[in-house]
Amino acid sequence: MALDSKCPTGPIDKQWTNHKNNINVVNPANKRLIDVIVVGTGLAGGSAAASLAELGYKVKSFCFQDSPRRAHSIAAQGGINAAKNYQNDGDSVYRLFYDTVKGGDYRARESNVYRLAEVSTNIIDQCVAQGVPFAREYGGLLDNRSFGGVLVSRTFYAKGQTGQQLLLGAYSAMSRQIGKGKIEMFNRHEMLELVIVEGKARGIIARNLVTGEIQRHSAHAVVLATGGYGNVFFLSTNAMGSNVTASWRAHRKGAFFANPCYTQIHPTCIPRSGDYQSKLTLMSESLRNDGRIWVPKSIENVEAIRTGKKKPTELTEEERDYYLERRYPSFGNLVPRDVASRAAKERCDAGFGVNETGEAVYLDFSAAILRYGKEVATVEGISNPSENKIKALGEKVIENKYGNLFQMYEKITDDNPYKTPMQIYPAVHYTMGGLWVDYNLMTSIAGCYAAGEANFSDHGANRLGASALMQGLADGYFVLPYTIGDYLANDIRTGPISTDSIEFDEAENAVQKRLEQLINNNGTKSVDYFHKQLGKVMWEKCGMARNEKDLKSAIIEIQQIREDFEKNVKVPGGMFEFNPELEKAARVADFIELGELFAHDALHREESCGGHFRDESQTKEGEAKRDDNNFAFVSAWEFGSNPSEPNLHKEALKFSNIELKQRSYK
Amino acid sequence: MATIKGMNLTLKIWRQKDANSKGKIETYKVKDISDHMSFLEMMDVLNEQLISENKEPVAFDHDCREGICGSCSLHINGEPHGPDRGVTTCQLHMRKFNSGDTIYIEPFRAKAFPVIKDLVVDRSAFDRIIQSGGFVSVNTSGNTQDANALPIPKADADKAFDAATCIGCGACVASCKNASAMLFVSAKVSQLSLLPQGQVEREERVLNMVSQMDDEGFGNCTNTGACEVECPKGISLENIARMNREFLKATIHKEE
Ligand SMILES: Cc1cc2nc3c(=O)[nH]c(=O)nc-3n(C[C@H](O)[C@H](O)[C@H](O)COP(=O)(O)OP(=O)(O)OC[C@H]3O[C@@H](n4cnc5c(N)ncnc54)[C@H](O)[C@@H]3O)c2cc1C
Ligand code: SF4
Ligand code: FES
Repeated sequence: MALDSKCPTGPIDKQWTNHKNNINVVNPANKRLIDVIVVGTGLAGGSAAASLAELGYKVKSFCFQDSPRRAHSIAAQGGINAAKNYQNDGDSVYRLFYDTVKGGDYRARESNVYRLAEVSTNIIDQCVAQGVPFAREYGGLLDNRSFGGVLVSRTFYAKGQTGQQLLLGAYSAMSRQIGKGKIEMFNRHEMLELVIVEGKARGIIARNLVTGEIQRHSAHAVVLATGGYGNVFFLSTNAMGSNVTASWRAHRKGAFFANPCYTQIHPTCIPRSGDYQSKLTLMSESLRNDGRIWVPKSIENVEAIRTGKKKPTELTEEERDYYLERRYPSFGNLVPRDVASRAAKERCDAGFGVNETGEAVYLDFSAAILRYGKEVATVEGISNPSENKIKALGEKVIENKYGNLFQMYEKITDDNPYKTPMQIYPAVHYTMGGLWVDYNLMTSIAGCYAAGEANFSDHGANRLGASALMQGLADGYFVLPYTIGDYLANDIRTGPISTDSIEFDEAENAVQKRLEQLINNNGTKSVDYFHKQLGKVMWEKCGMARNEKDLKSAIIEIQQIREDFEKNVKVPGGMFEFNPELEKAARVADFIELGELFAHDALHREESCGGHFRDESQTKEGEAKRDDNNFAFVSAWEFGSNPSEPNLHKEALKFSNIELKQRSYK
Repeated sequence: MATIKGMNLTLKIWRQKDANSKGKIETYKVKDISDHMSFLEMMDVLNEQLISENKEPVAFDHDCREGICGSCSLHINGEPHGPDRGVTTCQLHMRKFNSGDTIYIEPFRAKAFPVIKDLVVDRSAFDRIIQSGGFVSVNTSGNTQDANALPIPKADADKAFDAATCIGCGACVASCKNASAMLFVSAKVSQLSLLPQGQVEREERVLNMVSQMDDEGFGNCTNTGACEVECPKGISLENIARMNREFLKATIHKEE
């Protein structure tokens, strides 16, 4: 099967408008005859469901949480990008487009990214109209901050709770449609299979998580907005329930999975504290604006710190290695996420990690506290302030900027980051890979769409900070509602899709069988045991740096975990009741299969690009080396006869508007 | 970081098979709990232990485990979200407890929050209240007016934001002897009545939301203030006062 991206041709700034003018539309009276299933109520799914219902489609929405408002998007902290140029600092649609393609290390489609940049401005207008309380300046206009490695201030935010406020906006738009009966909402329901009838996605099989009932739901099209798969690593900053099942089930039925190995490992997360750890907590990237990252220069001092003989604050400037400033003098602590994460790993692998596990570096605010303190003292005309006075003034400034994050840190670690440097370490945060989609966001299954983090479309091999929220809302509010009409225009005479068909029978039976197997397995080991095993292999062999030998052994180890799981997993309770262990088991089974595909993909891509670093492909200084001659393509994997034999399809990437360059942050 | 204490605890946990069964408190013991653990990680340890003993693990709601999704909802030693202030259950850490402690763990209790299983309750009443009016009626379109066309005084925007940080957890209801949902409802009413975008539907909104709240079986507010104390997000009683004013105004208008 040839991959057709359906990207429009012509000048890039006219493509989206021309495309919209040329695609089919469904007239309002006919929309009432068409059902659309939207799985997921995060920014992508919530905004899509609301917009589709407003247009007149009959929408059925699904989420596994007890309310659509609790989707994982709620946890996003830092902000959302938009090319508004309110700060008049030279931002533009083109610049956002350029930054995103470059930041993604030239592994994204130009047409998609340009469209994303183009609709970004509408998102802010729409959200403000809904009553989203973004941060404002004293003049009453919207405030912006700057974010990861770009040269303009284009990030809109609502303190450290931007995702929450945006999601509540989408949730309220959805709620309005639910109240009107335009969206039928299924909380605590999990999609466990996609149903395909005559080559088209025509419904899903879902399980009511309260009663355990297996249900059939039909529609003319199915949208998967089910988020990312970072939890394949067990430990990540994702919510506990985030999973790949919906995408994976579609993949098994023919949807290609693109670039599974592109993972974002975020440099500033709170380090692991023990084996019982269930998830990791992000400390927003914005902290790197004021925090300096370091480890001790000498191993003796590392030892002294680990054994509690010395405190980090006792080390002199000369005894500290500010390794980002040393290696990347021009970007310093503000290098992109992938670069910062690898540099931390390099130091910790060399033995300089500052906690008991050897996996932590310092993020130190003392210099910023002094600098701000002096500034304030000058402004307030305090002459000869004492060191303590300066610190107190400086701490106030820091508190205003990052108070909620500092508090969160202290709650978790019991350390006061105003007085002693934070400990941080990289953690899995976001997955750029996902279901392959064309320009219309349709997967390789007709009528099955993917939106938000679940698709692979816009971030290439590395995502810039504050761009995931933008993409989720762009997909749901401004792209899908148009592009889905092009497909559905052919369905106005189809009539309701019956669930009384062989295809639905088969899909339901398959789900039933899978769950029965899990329940009746009578194994000895819990689901978490296997999830942790998988996570360990993924982190050690498919994590921040990858090489042929490790990836090959990861594939074998994951296969062994799969066999062990099938034989020995133990799932208590029954099928027809509220059973969280059963939910987890079904998700982990899919993660294990995905994990193997991930390793195959990483093995095949013998270049370093963005978040994917191959030891074999680096410069003399240890920087990532891309190989555009051989790898300027999207890897789109087709499920083969079993999870170990995927088939690769390549979509070549062409760059007509941006010149390919090696990224440099030196 | 503090040194690790291996704590031994006795847990008294509410077990209930499903909505129609009667529940009761069961006693469990856990050992060697690190004080770095979060409360829910301690529950994970208990559940792994129960699974290995061929017993059913304890069901509880959770997702983000960082205090923002509003899923977690345990009533710990008589307080929603436990003894710490300004945190959700998932942010509560075991260093707040001591070895030898007995901890009571129950679901959030309210007539409008029926138990689904063990510690899991049904809070969909909150969703229905929002559906009755907790929104601005604006459709998605590519030509909404520019976001900066309408400046909003920073003080108003900040107050609206503070109200908007409610996570919909229901601790306010669980803490209230009347099981009133006033803090939750008033937070949404306040957010939208403080912003210019919310003006058009201002009166209709408060009337509809209050009427839905009553239909769901939440109790009346008698100003005990327990909700504000237990709210993990510091939603203030000011919001209730504001909603009462809004409601009164809207009622009078309607009658006129
Ligand atoms: C801690 C953290 C902070 C972040 N901060 C930022 C930031 O500041 N800026 C930024 O741009 N990005 C940020 N991100 C990334 C961003 O939050 C996510 O990429 C984005 O929210 C994903 O949205 P989504 O709609 O695609 O999916 P999600 O929000 O993950 O929603 C998935 C939905 O699918 C449902 N679902 C999944 N599987 C099933 C199934 N089988 N059946 C039924 N329903 C299912 C879930 O119930 C949920 O409703 C952050 C991420 C994390 C982890
Ligand atoms: S007002 Fe506070 S306690 Fe009540 S639902 Fe909102 S966050 Fe929870
Ligand atoms: S699990 Fe999300 S707030 Fe506690």
